[in-house]
Amino acid sequence: MMRASLAVLSVLIVALSCGWASAQDDPVPIETGLAPPDTIPDILPPAPATDLTAVDLVDNDDAGDKIELTWTLSPDDAGGMRDVTGYYLWRSESPDARGDTLALVVAGTSSFVDDTAVPGVPYYYAVTATDGTSLSGEAAFGPVSGRRDWFTVSRLAVLVLAAIFFALVLAFTRLAEKGAELFVRRIPGLNAIEEAVGRATEMGRPVLYVPGIGEIDNIMTIASLTILSHVAKITARYETPLIVPTARAVVMSAAEEVVKEAYAEAGKPDAYNPDNIRYLSDAQFAFAGAVNGIMLRERPAANLYLGAFWAESLLLAETGFEAGAIQVAGTAMVSQLPFFVTACDYTLLGEELYAASAYLSREPKLLGGLKGSDWMKIITIGLIVVGIIMNLAGADAFVEWFHTN
Amino acid sequence: MRRRVPLTLCFIAGLFMAVQYFIPHHNVAAAYERLLLWLQTLLAFAFLLGTVSLIRVHYHKVRDRAPDRGFSIVMFVGLFLMIGLGFFHPSHHAPGSPFNRMFLYVQVPIEATMFSLLAFYIASAAFRAFRARTLEATLLLVAAAIVMLGRVPIGDMISARIPEATRWILEVPNLAAKRGIMIGVGLGMMATALKIMLGIERAWMGGGD
Repeated sequence: MMRASLAVLSVLIVALSCGWASAQDDPVPIETGLAPPDTIPDILPPAPATDLTAVDLVDNDDAGDKIELTWTLSPDDAGGMRDVTGYYLWRSESPDARGDTLALVVAGTSSFVDDTAVPGVPYYYAVTATDGTSLSGEAAFGPVSGRRDWFTVSRLAVLVLAAIFFALVLAFTRLAEKGAELFVRRIPGLNAIEEAVGRATEMGRPVLYVPGIGEIDNIMTIASLTILSHVAKITARYETPLIVPTARAVVMSAAEEVVKEAYAEAGKPDAYNPDNIRYLSDAQFAFAGAVNGIMLRERPAANLYLGAFWAESLLLAETGFEAGAIQVAGTAMVSQLPFFVTACDYTLLGEELYAASAYLSREPKLLGGLKGSDWMKIITIGLIVVGIIMNLAGADAFVEWFHTN
Repeated sequence: MRRRVPLTLCFIAGLFMAVQYFIPHHNVAAAYERLLLWLQTLLAFAFLLGTVSLIRVHYHKVRDRAPDRGFSIVMFVGLFLMIGLGFFHPSHHAPGSPFNRMFLYVQVPIEATMFSLLAFYIASAAFRAFRARTLEATLLLVAAAIVMLGRVPIGDMISARIPEATRWILEVPNLAAKRGIMIGVGLGMMATALKIMLGIERAWMGGGD
């Protein structure tokens, strides 16, 4: 009995303590006749969003099922009452009904892509702001329908410029075929290739040709294979071993074909050694390590690095420098150029890699491409200058025309 | 005929790849994706060719008792060990499996070692590049000193203008030069692609007619 009384007393004390603590946490409002601001019930709906627009979205996989909605945020979103919690988007096939809820997006969002549209069906869209308890008035837009497009209008500028460029290349190629003299500036790096092969021949040591670590679908790798063909003809003529380590199996197969054909064209098919066209590894640094091993063990007198290179560029070029080889490099990877410039004797900068084939062969048809590129550069510089002037003059339409998505 | 078939295929594939850039239609995009899938399949099969080449070259070295054949033996051990672990060990990708351990605790550290050598190579290459023998080399040295100082806290402590100068060097002359090179590269790429598509440039497949 005594124990039960004590328990009841304990419960009462605890209950009273809690009540006292609760009273401390929630002080009774002072009776001023006005309730505190946070207790006013929110009976006013937020101000509506405005300027809803809906357009057929053209992307790279246009199935006509995407419609992009954009609207201006409710004044109560970032300002005003600041009570907008989101926006309801509605879609209907009739202008007279709001239709079904398409989505609820959070406050601050002013665009949405409806990717469930049926191509060709006209839709009416609406947007309403909500504060969690009530909806604003709506902004509506329609009808709009999705369609499968056959042309990306925003890429028209690219098409026009590409057409001009291709026309220039073909025109100069035709001109060269007719016997016109086309001046090509001297590129020391390309002149050095024959010199490097000559040096390797004198020293009785091989030439190392690294076509980069790009895959065969990389245009730098293709450009490198065209240069390899010329280099192989020179090494075949001098009967100097040519080692071509590759990081991609397809590149190895292509390089085998290129070198074999070049040796045949040079009249030295027997000098071709298939063991010198080697697949090493797809792994970037395993490849770099293996090529460095070739440099240090087989001691090539000339190292040619032409193609797509990434972080392994300096690992290769510095090892070659330490090994005392004459080195010629060329890449269009802008971030790797400083490394090659520092560690190699000659470097082909960017576009010179693509000019190499024409420069080395002196074929008129190939030289036409170089001239076309030069003229396109002049046109590009002109367009940049005109764009700057137009922008300064406030005529943005010219620059806008060149924007692509 | 031997050249005409690959050249025709090259032209059709090249033209399609160029044209699809301007056509957003779903069916064209699907065809583009399919072509990329074919490329992946082709590359996977070519991998076998690469492995055969690797084995052939190193087998010849061992057979001919080349002075550095020890490396070839190490290559064979590594190659067949990994193939064996991959083929015959169940769930070889699972954490803790021998295949996974070999990859994580042998290959990854070796590759990381190669990559970290780059720091020393950069130092030795920079030492040569920064020797102020000519006006250009002196300008390079000054610009590099400013950029390096501007990228570490001590640069800001010396003067608030050093990080500003760094930003200016990187965003104005450096970026302008980069963009100049990139415009040339872009045009060179397009010209090369056009010449290959039209069969003007044929050296990539061994030359000839």
